Parts: sequence; structure tokens; C-alpha cells
Amino acid sequence: MLVEIGHFALVLAFLVAAVQGVVPLVGAAAQRRALMAMARPAALLQLVLLALSFAVFVHAFVVSDFSVLNVYENSSLEQPLLYKLTAVWGSHEGSMLLWVLMLAVYGGGVALWGGALPLSLRARTLAVQGLLCCGTLAYVLFTSNPFARLLPAPLEGRALNPLLQDPGLALHPPLLYFGYVGFSITYSFAIAGLIEGRITAAWARLMRPWLLLAWCSLTAGIAAGSHWAYYVLGWGGWWYWDPVENASFMPWLLGTALLHSALVVEKREALQRWTVLLAILTFGMSLVGTFLVRSGIITSVHAFALDPSRGIFILALVALVVGGALLLYAWRAPALAPGNPFAPISREGALVLNNLVLSAGMATVFLGTFYPLFAQVWSGVKLSVGPPYFNATFLPIMVPAIAAMVVAPMLAWRRGDLGGALRRLLPALVGALLAPLAVRVVAGPAPLPALGGIALASWAMLGVVADLADRAGFPKLSPAAAWRRLRHLPRSSYGCALGHFGVGMLIAGIAVTTAWRSERIATLNPGESLTIAGRTLRFAGVSDKSVANYREQRATVVVEQDGAPVATLHPERRYYPVAGSATTHTAILTNGLADLYLALGDPDGHGGWVLRAYFNPLVPWIWFGAAIAALGGLVSLSDRRLRLKLPAGKEAGAVAIAPRPAEPG
Amino acid sequence: MIARLLLAVLLAAGLASRAQALEPSERLADPALEARAEAIGRELRCLVCQNESIEDSNAALAHDLRLLIRRHLAAGDSDRQVIDFLVRRYGVFILLDPPFEPLTYPLWLGPPLLLLGAGGALLWRARRRAVVPAPPALSAEESARAAGLFGEPR
Repeated sequence: MLVEIGHFALVLAFLVAAVQGVVPLVGAAAQRRALMAMARPAALLQLVLLALSFAVFVHAFVVSDFSVLNVYENSSLEQPLLYKLTAVWGSHEGSMLLWVLMLAVYGGGVALWGGALPLSLRARTLAVQGLLCCGTLAYVLFTSNPFARLLPAPLEGRALNPLLQDPGLALHPPLLYFGYVGFSITYSFAIAGLIEGRITAAWARLMRPWLLLAWCSLTAGIAAGSHWAYYVLGWGGWWYWDPVENASFMPWLLGTALLHSALVVEKREALQRWTVLLAILTFGMSLVGTFLVRSGIITSVHAFALDPSRGIFILALVALVVGGALLLYAWRAPALAPGNPFAPISREGALVLNNLVLSAGMATVFLGTFYPLFAQVWSGVKLSVGPPYFNATFLPIMVPAIAAMVVAPMLAWRRGDLGGALRRLLPALVGALLAPLAVRVVAGPAPLPALGGIALASWAMLGVVADLADRAGFPKLSPAAAWRRLRHLPRSSYGCALGHFGVGMLIAGIAVTTAWRSERIATLNPGESLTIAGRTLRFAGVSDKSVANYREQRATVVVEQDGAPVATLHPERRYYPVAGSATTHTAILTNGLADLYLALGDPDGHGGWVLRAYFNPLVPWIWFGAAIAALGGLVSLSDRRLRLKLPAGKEAGAVAIAPRPAEPG
Repeated sequence: MIARLLLAVLLAAGLASRAQALEPSERLADPALEARAEAIGRELRCLVCQNESIEDSNAALAHDLRLLIRRHLAAGDSDRQVIDFLVRRYGVFILLDPPFEPLTYPLWLGPPLLLLGAGGALLWRARRRAVVPAPPALSAEESARAAGLFGEPR
């Protein structure tokens, strides 16, 4: 009964979405306030219905209602509660339900907190969001119904994939979806702006909080996934250029570009057309990613069913959403007001460079991901495009953006003084040149790209410090005066500083761990030891016991440094009888600067066990960096200026605020 | 990432995890030769697991291919000869690093051409546009007033 209510709520949500998608648009075109005002309650009702539907689905998992096919396939009675809950989005149907819920959450968010939006803009934005909901719900209802029944109900479920029975599943997919589905709202803003024919500073400022929210979440989601793969797969890799990873990375690249170009629209009313196009393409990439993951078209093995009809449905949805938007763009964009002019050397110019590089980077990832498919279609040759390709093309393309990232915040809007900015960055430049030399002396020979990476990372991190010092007036001002100035810097400046610093840490982590990681693989009998990076790992043996829904083989390894034990690690192997499969659980000892990473291999049959040990210097900085960048986004989000109410217009659509005067520095 | 995990699940289920990536017994005694073998292995796709290099994979085929590479290297083959042998046997699909040939020209040349083309077009447009005049420099008197307004010595 409850399950039918959930299903029914889903159908109702579909109908509400149709109303939400049509009525406010008609109202806005006819300037009928009553019709436009329907957008808000419709979006809220939509959210309530989908939340109800989702809650029912979660409930079915909690009570292990195996009469629901999806619960039967992805859960089991003895699965711990955490994994019963996370199994909700462990399958194609469940994750699509989460996808639509996120769409409704953003729509509901704008309905609740979008009070500053002029009536017609809000009506149109919510209407477009409603249309997106409508399309996705049609997909869920007609091809991927999560509430499909299974009668008679089995007594036991087939259990969630053991490798997904990990806390990572609680964090990674929701963050990822909240991120890349979040770009739907910037898409809706863009379409609404195009229909209105006005892309103004106010438009950008109203859109920005949602964009920041989505971006932070996607950043954190990708980092969480990367860390999950790192600790679970047992050989210390953290990024594979897998098509499914690329599926979330492409919207991230464009979303990052959008974050920066929207800044130009907000502060200077320039780049409006480009920003709108970028908003359309960013969400387009989110959809393409969804298509990639769920159609089975790309040679990547994954959870989601390889059902061609589902793939074709999403492809049609992508064509409609992106194609329709581009047609509208071609029709309406020429009517948008031209942007304010700026010199090539200016804050705007630097942000254009950022956008150019990030878009080219995205295109590279896109090409590498889809090329095997195209090549096979037109020549019949099966190609592979793997990490060597992406490392050789994507990384060099990103270098100019990172180099310019440091200078950009120091350039004035409209027309900047590059020489002056570089003079103020001189200490950072010197530091960036000395850092690789110092590392070379301390850590020994390294490949040139690694040293280049260290230089780039130091440049990014020191540049942030130099920029903040410069803004504080240091060293000209007294420390007290400098501190006062620092305290009064806008939050968004700190957001930018944190974001850029995080990127620097990320690059440092990648460069150092790639060049200096070491590994030892050995078969050890109890009592024997191996040495890695100055540490002795003494193998004490393996214990065998039953825990929760699995059996574990748990090794005990004592880490000794300078003859004294410093830690005990327990790498494990687990066997899940219900699912009939095994997983490896690594043990990681980290001090924030380096990881000692252990994975237990197979027994050799004579009492010995294979132990793999990796020493990964600076690898934690990859995730710290991403976390700090995401934190920077949140700090920006808390900036008071984003919450300023706009003066209420006399009639719908009448909002015009002067672009903010250019700020010094 | 999920793909990786599931991949591992499938392998673990299908092959009951008999073999793990690169076992101690596979390694060559000569470290130089072993380093070459690992470098080759990282550039080759494990054909049954679709998106892992044979060096990282724990599939049985990857295990066999790792042994094969080491046998060939120990017999004195060059890196090129080993890779060519595997390409003849399995096709270019095995190369994670796609070769530079007519079929892959767009793949390799696309990114740099795109960056240079778009960058060039932007520069051309920027130069064609009216030059933005610099704001007039402040007179000494104005600078003093500005400093007064900010309330801090510059």
C-alpha cells in the first residue's frame, strides 16, 4: 500500500511538473501575474511529492520489503542499516529517483529563497526547471520505475554489491548528484534570461549562490569518489580517466568556467552571451554524463543496466534539452545587450583566458572519452584512449590557466597593469622557482614534469599569500592596520583565495606522489618484515572471523621506525557469502603529508601472505586541496553581498541595477 | 569510480580473486628489466576488464600478459618488439596510448588546434575592438585627497 502511495506521488509529481513547466511560461508571456504566481506553489508541491516518494522508497529499504523488485535486488536482511539506506541509490532506478529529487530540491530552493528575483524571471526559471523535472520523471516512470513489484515476495534479497558496502556510498553519490544536477538551475536561469532578453548584473548575482552551491557539492563529490577509489581498490591509484569519472569531470570543468564568467557578468556586465552558452553546455554535460553512465555505450563496466531503450530515451532528452536551448540561444542571443568593453590585459581578460583553457580542457576530455566510439563507427577499428592520452593532452592545456590564476585577482577590472601585478608577485615568483630546486636537493632526482608541477603548485599557493598580503597593505602598513584591512576584506575575496590555494595543494599532491611514490610487494610469513621508505613493516599474522554480514581475514602489521613501533595496521580481506564475492580493505597510516598504504593479498598456501605496501608522499593534499577549494566556494556563498535584496520593481521584469563600480586591486 | 568498484566486483566474483595485480612471483630478478616490463604494462589495456592497465588488473588474462611481456624481455626483445607483438595479436585496442596515425589525427591534434584556434580568434577580436582608454592619472592633489578619504597612508 505504502509503495503504491510512493509510486502515485511520483506520477502526481510528473503531472505537477507539466503544469509547473507550462502555466508560468504562458503567464509570463501574457504578463498575467496570477499565472506567473503559480510557479512557486507548483515547485514546492513538486518537492513535497518527490520527497514523499523518496521517503517511501527509503522506507521500503529500511523494512526490507522484498516485494519491491529494487529492494530485492539491492538489499538483504542482514545488511547493516547504513547499507540498507545507501542501497537506495546503489542502483540505476534508485539513483535516478535521487536525480529527480535533486532537480526538485533546487526548484524548491528558488521557490523558497528566490524572493529577490523579479516575478517574471522567477516564474520562467521555475517553469524551465519544471520542464526538466517533467522530462526526467517521464524517463523514470516509463523506463526505470523504482517501485516495480515482485510477486510473490522472496524471503531474502540479493544484497548490495559488497564493494558498495562502504561509507563512501553514503557520501559520494549524494554530493555528486547535488552538484551536477544543481547545474540544472543555472541552465533554467539562462533559458529564463534568454526568454526575457535581458542578461544583467542582477541576473548573474541572483544565479550565483545556486551556482556556487552546485559547484562546491560537485567538487566535494568528485573528491570523495576519488578518495573512495583510492582506499578501496588496493593499489593506491586515485584517478583513472575512466569514462564514468570523466562524466562528472566534464560538468565540473565547465561549471568552474561558468563560476568565473558569471563573475564578469555580475561585476562588469560583459561576456553575457558566453555565460549563457556556458550555462546551457554545463548542464548539457551533466546530461551527457548521465547518458554515458546509463546507456552502456562506452566500454566501461558499471552498475547500471545496459538497456538500449534507456540510452535512447536519455539521448533524446539530451537532444531536446541542449538542442532546444541552443536554438533559443541562436534566436535570442543576438538581441542581448552587448558587453562592456575591456582591454586584453584586465581582470576580464584573465577570466576569458580561464574560460578558454577550461573549455578546451573539457573538449579534450570529451574527445578522449568519445573518440573510440566515433572511430569505431566510421572505421570499424576498436581504439583505446587511456590515461597516457589524457596526461599528454589535458595536463599541458591546463598549465596556462593555473599560471594566470595567480595574476588574475591582482589585475584591475577593465584595464589592468600586468607589470605592476607581477612586481607585487615577485616574492611568489622567486619562491616558485626555488621550490623545485629545494625539492630536487632534498628528495633526489625527479622527472621534469614533476618539478614543473611543484613550481606551478608553489606559484599558486605563494601567489595567494602574496595577493592577501598586498590587499592588507603589508608590509607598508603596521601589523594592526594590516590586520584590520584583512578583517574587512569581503568574504568572496577569501573564497577566491581558498579556492586557488586548494588548486595549488592539489597540484602539489599530484606532482609529488606521482614522482616519489614507492611500492614493495612481498610474500611474508608471520614474524617476517619488509622495509619501505625508512619504515619496517613487521607481519604478525592473519586472524579469521565472522563479522556482521561477512567473514574477514584480518592481518596485523606493526610499523616500526628507528627500531621503535609507531603504529599497528590491519589490512583486511572480506568475503560476503550472500553476494558470493570478496573485497579488499586497505589500511592507511597518514600524517597529512604522506600515506603508508597496506593491502593484503592472497595466502601462498604455506602460511605466507602477499602484502603490498605503498608509500605515497603528499597524496593527502589531493583531497585536502579539493576540500579547501570547496570550502572556498562555501565562504564565497556566505558573502553578504549575495544576499542583498534588490529594489522591488514596479512591474514584473523591471529590475535594473547599475553594475558595481570596479573595485581597486 | 563506481565503474572501477564494480569492475573489481565482477572480477572478484568471476575469478574468485585467485590472482591479484602483479604478484611477487611474477617479478623479474633484474630490476632494470622489471622496470621496463612495468612501464610497458602500464600502457597496455587489460582486454577483459576494459579500462585497467594490465599492470593494475587482477584478471587472469592480465596475469598471463604480464608473464608474456617478462618472458619476451628476458629473451632479449626490445620494448618496441614486445608491444608490436601484442598489437599484432590483439589489435590497437590493447594500446591505452593510442598511436599517432591517420585515424587518430583528430584525437591528437584536436586539443592543441582547438586551444590555439580559439585563443587566436579571441586575440584577433580583441585587437580589432576599440582600445579601452586608460583612466587619466591622478594629480598630486587628487592623490592626497584620495589618501585622506581612505584614512590610511599609502
